[in-house]
Amino acid sequence: MKKIIRYLGLLTSLCLLVMVLSSCGSKKASDQSVLSRAKQTNTIVWGVKADTKLFGLMDVKDSQIKGFDVDMAKALTKQILGPTGKASFIQVSSQTRIPLLKNGNIDAVIATMTITPDRQKVVDFSNHYFNAGQSLLVKKGSPIKSVKDLNKSGTQVLAVTGANSVANFQKVAPKAKVLELQDYAQALQALKSGQGKALTTDNGILLGMAVENPGYKVVGGAFTKEPYGIAVNKGQKTFVKKINQALKQLRANGEYDKIVKKWFGNISGFDYKEAEK
Amino acid sequence: MISIITNHWQDLLYGLGQTLLCSILALFFSLIIGSFFAIFEVVPSKTLRIIARVYIEIFRNIPLLVITMFFYVVIPMFFVKVNGFTAGTIGLTIYTSAFIAETVRSGIQSVDPGQMEGSRANGMTFSQAMRYVVLPQAFRIVIPPLGNQFINLVKNSSVLAFVAGFDLMYQGNTIASTSFDTLNAYFVVGVLYLIITMPLSYYMRYLEKRLN
Repeated sequence: MKKIIRYLGLLTSLCLLVMVLSSCGSKKASDQSVLSRAKQTNTIVWGVKADTKLFGLMDVKDSQIKGFDVDMAKALTKQILGPTGKASFIQVSSQTRIPLLKNGNIDAVIATMTITPDRQKVVDFSNHYFNAGQSLLVKKGSPIKSVKDLNKSGTQVLAVTGANSVANFQKVAPKAKVLELQDYAQALQALKSGQGKALTTDNGILLGMAVENPGYKVVGGAFTKEPYGIAVNKGQKTFVKKINQALKQLRANGEYDKIVKKWFGNISGFDYKEAEK
Repeated sequence: MISIITNHWQDLLYGLGQTLLCSILALFFSLIIGSFFAIFEVVPSKTLRIIARVYIEIFRNIPLLVITMFFYVVIPMFFVKVNGFTAGTIGLTIYTSAFIAETVRSGIQSVDPGQMEGSRANGMTFSQAMRYVVLPQAFRIVIPPLGNQFINLVKNSSVLAFVAGFDLMYQGNTIASTSFDTLNAYFVVGVLYLIITMPLSYYMRYLEKRLN
């Protein structure tokens, strides 16, 4: 009996400790104005993906992250802070981007992040800057032509934890089982070793994978609409406004068009005009 | 925190079951494999000793995740299909067995050599002496460090999360990223791990007391 009491005591004290810690942590990040701090340090810290071809991929030769999201972030920084403004990048995954944003490690997320109502409850989004749609990546010669072919019990499909593609997919193919992996590189690796019949996420990301891996192709067309937005912490209204303004300016002066064409202009089977809308 | 439990208790329960199942399987097999390699390390045969040393040094010094990924990604490419749960459990078994082998070996070697000599002098074969005289004493000595290995094993089973093994950690990741309540999701998962490891730790302590 004594032991049980001691055991429970330990648990409750742990609970209390966590509650105290969490209550003091959550205040700090949202109280500061991100914009004024960014102006002071002349830097905006962006969370970008580093495992996603075309959007944000670590170049092993010079250890720089390169992609559409990265170029957009650089252009936006210049618009917001002026020509001397510096953009610094921190690598995020689908799973870590919201926690890192909430605790103030990054100022904004520009990482293939779809604007969804669920996410809007915890973060604020800018206007969309890219129109993607969810699709499927399969091995060439695979009998799978569209999502309907996957809606069978016992079919395993690969996705990435934290991406809303999981919930979307379960809506259209409720019978299939979704295996969630840690990042896109791992999910692709799992597809290659036959752990699932298909890999599902946004078409932009999948096209990047198909470019790198000629044995794989994107099928089924887009079965959802996935508008990408830039996410910032709740309570940073002025910062959101600034980003939206900068986006508008980039679209007006043609810079946006240039960046889109640079990354998506030569990809066959992808209508970049559609993505720009 | 309450909302996480009420909304996701099925996932959490399933995860707890997977973690328990993986831990029990890995514990059972790694104890057997580990003990065999420990004995191989002290037998007179040089070949067996070399085999044991190579096995232990390789798997003790490779990260668990690498071993698991090997079974999840490489083996299915060339041989048979291995799902995430199996790959994780095999990886965990191999990894832990190398540590258990070292622990048990140290136990065997800490038994007074006179015990082995005495048994042999009384007409026992090497394996009889091992089985009836040395090993029972050795296991008594290694219970505390073995307890450590078992607890580490339960925690290491979180490697399943990386290969979609649907364990506690996997559920924690999924809940954290769908509810956006990272802190509480991981807190609940942490408490569930405690529910497995605390009784294990108390049981090892009890066993230690009873045997001494």
